[in-house]
Amino acid sequence: MKKSNITDPFEKSRLEKGFGEMDDQNDPVVMALRHKDVRKCAHNWKTFQSGAKPGRIVIPSEVNIRDIRQIPFEVDPPMHGQYRAIVEKWFKRPLEEEYQDALKKQIHSIVDAVLAKDSVEVINEFSLVLQSRALTLLLNVPFTESETWISWGTHVFRSADSDLDADKANVLYNYIDKELERVSKTPTNDLYSVLLNSEVDGKKLTKEEAKGVIILTFAGGRDTVINAVTNSIAYFAEHPESLEKLRSEPKLINNAIEELIRYFSPLTQMGRVATEDTQVCEHAVKADTRIGLCWASANRDESVFENANEVVIDRKMNPHVAFGFGTHNCLGATHARQIMRILIETLIDKVKSIDIHNYKENIETLGEFKRKVGFDYINVTFK
Amino acid sequence: MALITFITSDNETKIVEGHSGSVMELAVNNKIKGIDGDCGGVCSCATCHVHVQPEQWDKVGTPNEMESDMLEFDDNVSKYSRLSCQMQVTDNLDGIILKVAK
Repeated sequence: MKKSNITDPFEKSRLEKGFGEMDDQNDPVVMALRHKDVRKCAHNWKTFQSGAKPGRIVIPSEVNIRDIRQIPFEVDPPMHGQYRAIVEKWFKRPLEEEYQDALKKQIHSIVDAVLAKDSVEVINEFSLVLQSRALTLLLNVPFTESETWISWGTHVFRSADSDLDADKANVLYNYIDKELERVSKTPTNDLYSVLLNSEVDGKKLTKEEAKGVIILTFAGGRDTVINAVTNSIAYFAEHPESLEKLRSEPKLINNAIEELIRYFSPLTQMGRVATEDTQVCEHAVKADTRIGLCWASANRDESVFENANEVVIDRKMNPHVAFGFGTHNCLGATHARQIMRILIETLIDKVKSIDIHNYKENIETLGEFKRKVGFDYINVTFK
Repeated sequence: MALITFITSDNETKIVEGHSGSVMELAVNNKIKGIDGDCGGVCSCATCHVHVQPEQWDKVGTPNEMESDMLEFDDNVSKYSRLSCQMQVTDNLDGIILKVAK
């Protein structure tokens, strides 16, 4: 089997019963596995809410390490829409030419740097650096801030010792408090300032609310982007023919981005809390218990995707849910897609081959399921 | 060649000329408000949702299963909803009027 392959651990359960079950810190989760059910439940925000106790819809749950509500992520309509309206335009900035030029410059310089080395550990020396530097554009803060974020390592909430690391979360929270304090005295044109200057219902956003948006921006785009970038490098290392195809038909780059994101599904699932007794795929779900919208399983649903377990680099119809679905679809998707686009274009431009030397897979355990989400480390040579 | 009229949710009318590609691409290139085309046309985001005039529905045709499934869960859906990324610009679409859903 190829090193870049990501297998689908949900197939049997998806076909046979349509749901999976897992425990998580004594707050069990019924996982919706079929494409149709995942979309249906994501759409039904009244029965499956996001505005539960902060941290509870995340799996593994963060209720023990976080009291701050992430915004707009952990807010239901109609309030959700008001918060989302504040940030929507800002998060579309990656469509602007100036933003893309700056991102291009960053990615070119990172690729040039790894081309000059004999061997590169992709996660720490490539993806983490790329993700952190790109985030300075999304927040519109000085480039040098990325050095601090790189020093935090690959996870904001998770570390090697335990899945949920409160100390690490505090590093981020304290950092954000300091930044918000800074701009409340001297506003700039960064995201912190824009948030503190925004209004919902005629009232200025509080620091607590602004913090909720910023935490989401940091946490939501950290390991997801790092895994997407790392897995892309592994994929193109083993599929030079795909890079060649995109080189000769650049129009297909868009299809390739969506297909890679579908295949990788960097975020395995997201939770919701049932507001009433209900069911998922005919399985009873009690009020105040959790369900999981398993994007990774839905994206391999064989009733929707032909050759679901293969990367079909020019796939035409691709109704994947890797960026979620419905009201809460990923706010950072425009930024993520732009990273993928410029990364692929830069590889086409500058890289002839990538050789994988050694690696260790990063496997998530979700009850009975074990899913590869990426790598713990992967050493390669870029040529 | 086709002249396509877009009516945005704030009731602005814009007529644009298209020759090839999808209606979504044409709308994005002409900065039609409410048509984002986030996924680039692979039917995964529904940010290119339009309403066709009932009397022009035959010109456009019905959505396929994947598109219908996508529309099923979209807001503001009607009997005459289409995702414009799944509509190709052809001479046949000349004179069509599309109301942007978002």
